[in-house]
Order: sequence, then structure tokens, then C-alpha cells
Amino acid sequence: MVNNKQNKKIKMNDQRSKIDIDNIAKLASLPLTKEEKVTFEKQLSEVLTYISKLNEVDTSKVEPIGHITGLVNVQRPDEPAPSLSQEDALKNAPKTHNGFFEVPAIFEEQDT
Amino acid sequence: MIDITDLTIESASNLLSKKQMKAEELAKLFLARAEVLNKKLNCFITLTPDIAIDQAKRVDDFIAQGQKLNDLAGIPIALKDLFSTKGIKTTAASKVLENYVPVYDATVVSKLKDANTIFIGKTNHDAWGHGGSGENSDFGPSVNPYDQKRVPGGSSSGSAAALAATTCIAATGTDTGGSSRLPAAFCNVVGLKPTYGRVSRYGVIAMASSLDSIGHMTKTVYDNAVVLNVTAGHDEFDATSSAEKVPDYTDGIGRGVSGLKIGLPKEYFEKLDAKIKKVILDAAKKLESLGAKVTEVDLPNTQYGVATYYIIQPSEVSSNLARYDGVRFGNFRDSFGSEAKRRIILGTFTLSSGYYDAYYLKAMKVRRLIREDYLKAFKNVDCLICPVSPTLPFKIGEKVDDPLAMYLADIYTVNANLAGIPALAVPCGFIDDLPVGMQIVGPDFSEKLLYQIGYAYEQETKWYQQKPKI
Repeated sequence: MVNNKQNKKIKMNDQRSKIDIDNIAKLASLPLTKEEKVTFEKQLSEVLTYISKLNEVDTSKVEPIGHITGLVNVQRPDEPAPSLSQEDALKNAPKTHNGFFEVPAIFEEQDT
Repeated sequence: MIDITDLTIESASNLLSKKQMKAEELAKLFLARAEVLNKKLNCFITLTPDIAIDQAKRVDDFIAQGQKLNDLAGIPIALKDLFSTKGIKTTAASKVLENYVPVYDATVVSKLKDANTIFIGKTNHDAWGHGGSGENSDFGPSVNPYDQKRVPGGSSSGSAAALAATTCIAATGTDTGGSSRLPAAFCNVVGLKPTYGRVSRYGVIAMASSLDSIGHMTKTVYDNAVVLNVTAGHDEFDATSSAEKVPDYTDGIGRGVSGLKIGLPKEYFEKLDAKIKKVILDAAKKLESLGAKVTEVDLPNTQYGVATYYIIQPSEVSSNLARYDGVRFGNFRDSFGSEAKRRIILGTFTLSSGYYDAYYLKAMKVRRLIREDYLKAFKNVDCLICPVSPTLPFKIGEKVDDPLAMYLADIYTVNANLAGIPALAVPCGFIDDLPVGMQIVGPDFSEKLLYQIGYAYEQETKWYQQKPKI
């Protein structure tokens, strides 16, 4: 995980805000080739330098914005209604098993 | 024989209702043209001739029965391939979804079906909506009908190219940072970015949920209003959609601009290319000659737009694209193209523990300041006029290796998305035979006013009559 001990102090584009691409790719579960890692690291460091210009803006008294035109507490009646059938829900799944999605194993089998 | 490249929704609808042409005949003309021109322009990922013919036959039945139909009945349209279509492959222009066939329709698609439009096909675009040129499609770039060596603008590249080349009379687009307006400007068509929440996002493959708006393109301003009449409105399937009343957007469209106050935001003109600047200022003068008052206004935080956008947008992209894990639908994550991967990495970084406050939260604060700039300006003026793009349509390949340069193509469009407000891109001339567009930007839910202004300008100029030579 990313070290967040000093998280309050981190500002954009200081030493600690360099992208640790291996770690981020792992967090995003995104396989990258060696070449991609090298290219992205360079390209994204340019992008980070550019976006760090937001450091100039004093936002100490500004609240972050929520829903942009101001909708709050949107609710709908909690009533059951027809939804996708099991067959439809599974239609695009690459692998199914007895009416379920088949997922890669998470736990390894252990000898007992 | 009619020349279909002259047709608008208004005139085509007239032909059908007066029984001068059958919907099936009209559909066949457009399908044939789409089939041929797609080979040059690569504007469609999927053509849907069988569906189009079925839909057209139904319209002809309704007309034969003497049923009164709405203005969109029998109108050939194209759908960006981000719009889920039940039973029709929907790829998001990405190899991840190359074989994905949705089991439900996006709300906008249902509404267009209910309005009896004719689906010509699904258009090409930058994969997932990521790009300003159309070159990030995993199925190859679309090209600009006005110059086939140049990009049509993105991300809704295929929709703009397909429309400009008259393979349809209207096309849907999405607009997260300019994706409907930029291609509209590059291809001499009218493109709308509606107010956030005006049109339901349900079933449109999500890019950045707090910025995504669902737009469309047409040849004329009137046509654009006709389409919004159908697509706008609250949707129980999109909690962020607005319950604000939907007016008839064509009603009073010809009222003119007399007495309206139009602002020119000075930050948009400071570094603008001299030729483009002249074209936009000429448009402002035209409106002034029609009775509008034009004044300069100030949007001081404009310069932070792209930086704010390129934090919020990739953050939300990384979150939305996390669902593509190859379990429920689509291929595994190694099928993402370069730009999607780049944005997933950037967004995962800016949202990651310890960095969230410095990036995402900071950007959401600056975003408030950008919106407040607009709110302040709209106390003094009714709308703003500014350029859509800092450049003319650029050459294919020119910016593909420089993501930052590509991101800066969004410099004049992202702020409307950050502020949530509507903006209408309207053709306003040509430079060296390449189209130029301007934006008319207004307060929340002012689409009707934007159409009124765009219509007044278009009546005087009629740039849409300048067709591409293809």
C-alpha cells in the first residue's frame, strides 16, 4: 500500500508524489508491459507537473463541490420491480458454471 | 430526385408526413451512403441495416394508418458506440468490449426508439470517450470529411464525421470535457453539451460520472432543439438526472437576440490564434448587429480548468473502469488500449491513500471556484461566446505521442463540464477550407436561450450549407 503516514503534508508534485507505477498498476489490477511502464512514467510525470499548477490557488476557505447543480438526498420508493433475468445477466459472461459467474480462484487449495 | 445532403430533420420530416417519400426509401438512401462512405471515413463500428429497415417499415405503417407522428419519426440517426443498445453490439470503441451485446437499452436509446427514429448504426469514437481526436479508438481513427488527412475531433469523432458526410441526419454524442462540441466544431455541425443532469446518463457507458453529459449533433440549431425535446428529462434510473421541467425547445426559437447581453470572456481570447479569434469576434459582431449587447467579462480561474479536469476526470475514469474485470462481460484488463491504461494509472494514483486530499479534493475545491466565476458572470450577461478549439482540425498522427498536447485541445471546453452548465457549439465559418465553431455558453438549464441565440446567428450565416467534398 501507499505510505500515508504524512498524508496531510503531501502537496502536488513534491518528491513524494512521483507515481510508483508498479504499485499503482497493482492497485488498479492492470497488467502493463515494461515498455508501457517506461513510457507512462515519463508522460505522466509531465502531466503531474502541469496539474501541479493548482498549488497556486488558495482553497483554504473553499468547500469541495458536490452535485454540480445542487441535487441532494435523492431517493426512490423502495419497491421491488422487475429486473434482469438470470439468463440475461449471464449472457455476456466469458465463463459461467451452473447459472453462476465463474471467477478466478482467490484462495489456493490446501492439503489437509 | 432529392439530394439527401440537403436534408435536415425539419425538411425530412416534412417529406415523410406529406407522403412525398416513404421512410423505407429514405432509410435505404442513407444506408447505402453510409455503407460506401464508411470505407473512406471509418465513422461506424457497426452498421445496422436490418434494424433500420424494420424500424422504417413500422413508420410507414403508422403513416399509412394516418397516425400523427412526432418530428423524429423516420429520421435516420447514428448512435455513438458508448450508448447501450439491446441486441446490438456496443464496444465503447475498445477491444475490452469487442463482443459485448447489451441486454438493455440506455434511456436515451429507448426514447429515440419510442420516437420512431431509424438506427443507421453505431459510431466510432475515442475508446471509452478518452480523447480529442478520435485516434484513440481501438478500431482505427475516423477521418474528417472536410479533409481526410485530418481528425474529425473527439471523442465523438464518428458521430460528427457520419453527420457531416450525411450518412445520418442526427447523431448522439457524449460530452465529458468537450466530446460533442469539439468534433461538432471540426466538422461544421451543431453540437450540444446539455446541463449536467438534463439528459439521463443511464445505460451510456460511464467515463467520469460527475462530468458526463449526454449530447447530440445535428446540421442545424432547430434540429438540435427537436432532438433535445425527446432526450431531455428526469429518469428514475439516473439519480443525478434533474426533475427540472422540460420546455419545448423549439418554441420561440425565432425570437431573436434583441436586447440580450452577450459576454466575451477575455481569458478565452488572450492567447487565441489570430485567425480563429477574428472568426469568433466576427460572429459576436453579427449578433451585435442583430441587436445583442456585447461586453467583455472576466472568468479569472479559467486557466486552472485543464489541470482541474485532468485530476477529476482520470480519477473517476479509474473508478468506472474498475468494473471491467472480464468476469461478467468483456475481455480481461490487458485488452485496454494505451490511453485508457494511462488514465487508469493517473486516476488510481490521484485517488490512492495519502494523495486523495492533495489531488482529487483540491481539484473539487478549484472546481467550485470555476463554477462561481460563471455564476458571477451570469449576473451581468445572459450568455457567453467563446471559441470551441484553440486550433483548426489537426493532422492525423500529429499529437498521438504527446498526451499533454492532446489534453490541451480541451482548454476551451472543459470548464463548462466542470461548472455543469450547458454549451452549444455552432459553426461560425471556415479558415483555409477547414471548419471553425463557436460556443454559446449559458447558466444551468438555459438550453432554450442558447438555441434562440444560435438560431438567430444561423439564419444570417447558414454555414451548414457549405458541405464537404467527398
